Amino acid sequence: MKNYLQLGKKLAVSIAVSAVLFTGAQAEDTIKVGVLHSLSGTMAISETTLKDTMLMLIDEQNKKGGLLGKKLEAVVVDPASNWPLFAEKARELLTKDKVSAIFGCWTSVSRKSVLPVIEELNGVLFYPVQYEGEESSKNVFYTGAAPNQQAIPAVDYLMNDLKVKRWVLAGTDYVYPRTTNKILEAYLISKGVSKKDIMINYTPFGHSDWQSIVADIKKFGSTGKKTAVVSTINGDANIPFYKELGNQGVSAEKIPVMAFSVGEEELSGMDTKPLVGHLAAWNYFMSVDTTKNADFIKQWKEYIKNPKRVTNDPMEAHYVGFNMWVKAVEKAGTTDPAAVQKAIIGVEAPNLTGGTSKMLANHHITKPVLIGEIQDDGQFVTVWQTNKLVDGDAWSDYLPESKPIIADWTDPIMCGNYNTKTKKCSGQKY
Amino acid sequence: MKNNPLPRYCWLLSVLLLVFSITVHADDNQPLVDALNQIKQGSMTDREKAINQLVALKNPRSLVVLQALLAGKLLIIKGEDKLVIAEDVNQEYEVRDAITDAKLGTKNHDAVSKINLTNKLRSDLRKIIGELELNADDPVIRLAAVNAMANEADERLLDLLKLRLNIEKNPAVKEALENILLLQQMDSADKNLRILAIESLKDHDNKDVFNKLKTIVEKDADGHYVETDSDIRNTAELALIEINNRLQLYSAIETVFFGLSLGAVLVLAAIGLAITFGVMGVINMAHGELMMIGAYTTYVMQQIMPNHLGISVLLSIPAAFIISALVGIAIERGIIRFLYGRPLETLLATFGVSLFLQQTVRSIFSPLNRSVATPEWMSGSWQINDFLSLTWNRFYILLFCLMVFFALLQILKHTRLGLEVRAVAQNRRMARAMGIPTARVDALTFGLGSGIAGVAGVALSQITNVGPNLGQSYIVDSFMVVVFGGVGNLLGTLVAGFSLGIANKFLEPFAGAVLAKILVLVFIILFIQKRPRGLFPQKGRAADG
Repeated sequence: MKNYLQLGKKLAVSIAVSAVLFTGAQAEDTIKVGVLHSLSGTMAISETTLKDTMLMLIDEQNKKGGLLGKKLEAVVVDPASNWPLFAEKARELLTKDKVSAIFGCWTSVSRKSVLPVIEELNGVLFYPVQYEGEESSKNVFYTGAAPNQQAIPAVDYLMNDLKVKRWVLAGTDYVYPRTTNKILEAYLISKGVSKKDIMINYTPFGHSDWQSIVADIKKFGSTGKKTAVVSTINGDANIPFYKELGNQGVSAEKIPVMAFSVGEEELSGMDTKPLVGHLAAWNYFMSVDTTKNADFIKQWKEYIKNPKRVTNDPMEAHYVGFNMWVKAVEKAGTTDPAAVQKAIIGVEAPNLTGGTSKMLANHHITKPVLIGEIQDDGQFVTVWQTNKLVDGDAWSDYLPESKPIIADWTDPIMCGNYNTKTKKCSGQKY
Repeated sequence: MKNNPLPRYCWLLSVLLLVFSITVHADDNQPLVDALNQIKQGSMTDREKAINQLVALKNPRSLVVLQALLAGKLLIIKGEDKLVIAEDVNQEYEVRDAITDAKLGTKNHDAVSKINLTNKLRSDLRKIIGELELNADDPVIRLAAVNAMANEADERLLDLLKLRLNIEKNPAVKEALENILLLQQMDSADKNLRILAIESLKDHDNKDVFNKLKTIVEKDADGHYVETDSDIRNTAELALIEINNRLQLYSAIETVFFGLSLGAVLVLAAIGLAITFGVMGVINMAHGELMMIGAYTTYVMQQIMPNHLGISVLLSIPAAFIISALVGIAIERGIIRFLYGRPLETLLATFGVSLFLQQTVRSIFSPLNRSVATPEWMSGSWQINDFLSLTWNRFYILLFCLMVFFALLQILKHTRLGLEVRAVAQNRRMARAMGIPTARVDALTFGLGSGIAGVAGVALSQITNVGPNLGQSYIVDSFMVVVFGGVGNLLGTLVAGFSLGIANKFLEPFAGAVLAKILVLVFIILFIQKRPRGLFPQKGRAADG
């Protein structure tokens, strides 16, 4: 009996020791990458895909032999569309799991919630979604579009190619549409559009009764001058909006709607009939005809084991961002965030539209701008694109208060909020 | 900056084709074949050229091809590089050769790719086809053709229209033609002709007339009238006043309709709750999710019967009722019956159920929204005139809401279940003493309320997203309507829903959607302070029960 007990004790000790050794050994052998995307709650609709994209990219990198001779290991957490939980999960990833970089967030409010944590613990966050700008953090890399890489070119297209004279700026009532519309209004006025030719309208999240707003848009657009809607309406409210447009007989030929938040993924859940001909501005379309893109689509469909799944713009942003991070780590020879932050500036990585994107000193990247018309198969036909890549601008040049401000994370400025007039870096870090 | 076409290769190709056509065979169809070959090229500039070529050919086949192109029925068979015109039959395409019209059998959807169009090409095509169809035999087609040209009629088209007017017999087409010409006459050099045109057009509710009149009375930057003739200006101003009066009436009608249809959605969402919350006193936070289940039922029905859109939506109504009712009964039997008389616990438990149902749907159908198509007869609008149109889907939902309401009323008034439900709601212990199986009645009542939520979900699937979050957006509104209308009173729910809808729509134009919603909420809070039992409070002993 006693022997058994001793044996048991020995066994337990040896198991415990080997377990410690094993986890220790594993921690030595892998580089951890945090994936911070909501897998439940309202934002799961968009963010789940990005989690899968990251897992696919990491998987692919491991097949190529990993990074710095080690395997990459994804640490997936679920912040459940709950903004404060984003901060908690980010802290957990950085302190408990000790990840080398985090890829995550979708809404601006989730990013703002993560910011203080990531700056305090000096981590690295890659943010893949188009956003309102007016921010540049030492620790965040913005691989989505800044307003000058999406909104401004889209308005230019409407103004120059479609000769639009009257503008409806419609958006959901939160920070991204409000800031974007502020920039757009200032831009339109600077181009000589009078205030009475601009109609601004905000609606609550998930708004579903668009009857009177669409009737207003119709009236606004019936004066004989060409009218267009620039829509920053967020995901879920879009279907009832386009349905109402279709039902009230507002076609894309009469009043085109230029959307900034409607992509292939959103379209796959919509009845596309009323949307045909409406426009969207992005930096990537699944329909772009390049070999890189064809490979990526093939890889994605195989990975997700569903031939019907689509790719979209934020996925491409993660693709570019991840490759940039890999290159920066190789360049720095370490995954230490401070070294990576320094090394990544100037790093170039191919994007899926046939060009090569570059990480700029303001932590934004260069991107092409594409404008597409929606087709009834849920894909876009590119009708216009910039002939070269556009540099992402953190601080808009069309808002008087941020015109003199630049972000530059290289010496000697080393500041995300540097006023070129007063030559001072504002104390605000983000 | 523009999208770069493939000029060089196309040029080369067309030269090659030309050589080919000369050397091999130069039959009559050759120009048509060339034009169609160009349409196949990816670039929109080529496509535009090809369309113009097709028009210039004056080949009767051109019109057929262009119509197919506009309708999205012109396809390429992958691999064969052959242009075909397709009809969608039973999830497959029945294809015909675009040139010879020979039947080529059926192809499935993956074997073909569509010739895409941009907005510019689409509107060009519409004009071109309008021109070609101006002399069609069918007056409906002629009318559409005339209307397609109404906005951008230039000199050449106007001559065409005048020619047509001389021989036109159909009164509707004739009127449309006359209107376009009169509108043009407003710009003529002859003053009397202009005044005559204004006088005869002012009774028409036509937005082009309205805009034209507005330009006549406009002032330029210095405050001078653009139009120098004061007689014409005065006539135009008088005409404008008349039109504006009519416009005000139309906009009032429109707002009331918008209000009623928003109200109908609110009533539909709330009416099931009026049963479970109003009659049974259960605070069911999973009510929205029961609607979501109804909406997903519609989606599944459409997946089962993809070719019969209309019927599948109609069949979804009983299906959604049954499925939601079953889920409701399961919730009642499994959870709620242990919690009667403990409203706080019920609230928390049903909230948990709602999260559970949402995540279940996410796991089964993915977190993405599902696309539910709207049948043909429910889309579009009833265009009364240029300024007033009522959308069909809202119209049907309004009708549907009233039908559901009266059906429910009949069930409660004239069936045995209704009698038992009312008895249990009024006095549970007495009802039990009279031999009514209260537990069974509870389950059935809850099932009835849930089933109606499911039916509401079918209606919602036609106007909003079908996704896991569908229910959340309606739960607050539903409670609001029930509380405002008076708990336990179905008629109150109806009146409350409609009045909230109309109030919301009258506030929206000047307050904005966000503020209108807040104002309505504030109003309800104040109202509840004054009359805690809502619009139609229950009277008598039942009120204290």
